[in-house]
Amino acid sequence: MLLSLVKRPEQSKAMVYVSPIIALGLTLISGILLFQIMGVHPAQALYAFFVDPITTKYGWAELGVKATPLILIGVALSVGFRAGVWNIGAEGQLTLGAICGGGIALWLYQVDSVFVLPLMIICGVLGGMAWAAIPAFLKTRFNANEILTSLMLTYVATLLLSLLIHGAWRDPDGFNFPVSRIFSDSATLPIIWQGTRLHLGWILTIAAAIAVWVLMSKTIIGFQIKVIGQAPKAGRHAGFSVNRTIWFSLMLGGGMAGMAGLFEVAGPIGQLLPSISPGYGFTAIIVAFVGRLHPVGVFFAGLVMALSYLGGESAQITMNLPLAVTGVFQGLLLFFLLACDVLITYRLQFKFPVTSTRGSKHV
Amino acid sequence: MYDILIAAILTIITAATPLVYAAIGEMITEKSGVLNLGVEGMILVGAVCGFAAVHFTGSATLAILAGLGAGAGLALVFAVLVLGFQASQVATGLALTIFGIGVSALLGQDLVGIAYAGLPKISIPLLSSIPLIGPLLFNHDVMVYGSFMLVFAVAWLIKNSRAGLILRAVGDSHDAAHAIGYPVIRIRYLAILFGGGMAGLAGAYLSLAYSPLWVENMSAGRGWIALALVVFATWRPWRVFIGAYLFGGLTILQLHAQALGVGVPSQVMSMLPYIATIVVLVLISRDINKIKLNSPACIGKPFHPTS
Repeated sequence: MLLSLVKRPEQSKAMVYVSPIIALGLTLISGILLFQIMGVHPAQALYAFFVDPITTKYGWAELGVKATPLILIGVALSVGFRAGVWNIGAEGQLTLGAICGGGIALWLYQVDSVFVLPLMIICGVLGGMAWAAIPAFLKTRFNANEILTSLMLTYVATLLLSLLIHGAWRDPDGFNFPVSRIFSDSATLPIIWQGTRLHLGWILTIAAAIAVWVLMSKTIIGFQIKVIGQAPKAGRHAGFSVNRTIWFSLMLGGGMAGMAGLFEVAGPIGQLLPSISPGYGFTAIIVAFVGRLHPVGVFFAGLVMALSYLGGESAQITMNLPLAVTGVFQGLLLFFLLACDVLITYRLQFKFPVTSTRGSKHV
Repeated sequence: MYDILIAAILTIITAATPLVYAAIGEMITEKSGVLNLGVEGMILVGAVCGFAAVHFTGSATLAILAGLGAGAGLALVFAVLVLGFQASQVATGLALTIFGIGVSALLGQDLVGIAYAGLPKISIPLLSSIPLIGPLLFNHDVMVYGSFMLVFAVAWLIKNSRAGLILRAVGDSHDAAHAIGYPVIRIRYLAILFGGGMAGLAGAYLSLAYSPLWVENMSAGRGWIALALVVFATWRPWRVFIGAYLFGGLTILQLHAQALGVGVPSQVMSMLPYIATIVVLVLISRDINKIKLNSPACIGKPFHPTS
């Protein structure tokens, strides 16, 4: 019996939505196998991973805390991915947002004013945009591949943060630890659910996701982005500028990643540290794909990925499992998703070998 | 002064060797018309498997083979997704890197903090006692010699052999190659596996000779630098080699600047290779015609035998 792929007459709408669910199922099955190999009881491990973290009010709030940067960046990246602009340096743009917004908090640490926080958010967004402007400029002006330039800038951003924290921005009362001052109350995002860490960023994230949804489905810019992504030649004929699309995608991605970085340091972290993100900028790439490059999908995919972070921490505490399991799960999910996506344009057909198959050609 | 010079050049060689392996491997993959962005992930998996093999068996040979096999194994996953399932090459490559970082951290969690003496040096008798040239060229571990031979072999094969011609044909026009009767998909599988194996060797070199130890994420972006090197070299093996050594030279600046008392923070020095990568990419990509002339024409495009 042979399994073969037969092209569908047209793309299957249903498979677009079913594919992530199959991929999630396959990831869970691989998880069971993985835990078996590691010598852990699978049911117990899966419970610790996916159920235990959300059995409390605090856990649900933490889900929102972790999902905030993932959704924020994932929504923005999905716009770029639709246009064929591969900004994979969101992690660096996030870091620059934290540096620029956090820098304001350190500069104005004695100022008690309601304007500090908005100023921080604006500077965080501008910082992320400035960092994303480099690959945008190099791409549009010099044709340099944005994948490589944006990624290289991520390493530079991390080193820049380390430089500042080991130097000028080190907490003067911090016993020489490489951390900044703790932000003042007026430089910290207000908590929106008492007794948890869920902060104002969550609401702003949902607002941003809705804004991008409107942008993509209701405005001419959204239409141009989709056309340029799917049929660049047709787009150019219609007079849509490819360069403007590149700039727009990267500015949106950089701005929202910068905002996410600022939310992290002004929210759950509350100061600048050498490491401010467990790879949110990279995980957001998976979030964008699993969410089908659509804001609503990205919202749910962000929650699932946030759960994988929480689960990793919970399994580490309760079952002594390594934190790296989270990364493996996230990678597996994207693999399975990419494999399942073949079902959108193809369908599986079981072929039974018939006699005289000499002529059949399998490539 | 003489000793410092020798030491400096030796640092360049050790820094350049992993880049040579990874970039030559990726160059072959790209020559076949496939862009694999998962080099970083394959390097890490090669590094951890190589180190694990030497830790548990004590055999350096097995360790190198383990690195090779691990890199190729991960590349096989990529090949199946991209060639078998027609998945997007960019997205699958990114997935490979994310997965490789996670898997290597998971596999290597018990290997952190273990020391290894490093690959033994093989001095070539007589030749290694020539002043200057001897210690520079004839007193290395087997993987450095291997990297020289790899560049020679690949350069010669691409230019002069039938296999090299077929590889280029598949990468430049898969439809024409298919029409003539070459098995496009099978050749691409082989090219991807070769690229993965070489990335695995680059990783093994890092954990067996360069550091030699295992730390999470120890490749520190070398996979991405290798990808940039291929563009910089306009898909030519000897230029890949030269590019790798230029980058090796940058690393040495980083290592020796502080020893020489240069008042620049270490973080700024560490930024150099990444900034240099960007600068080099800009310089080479500026001329669109140059890239178009040299890059494999089918790079990144999926191949459907029926259409």
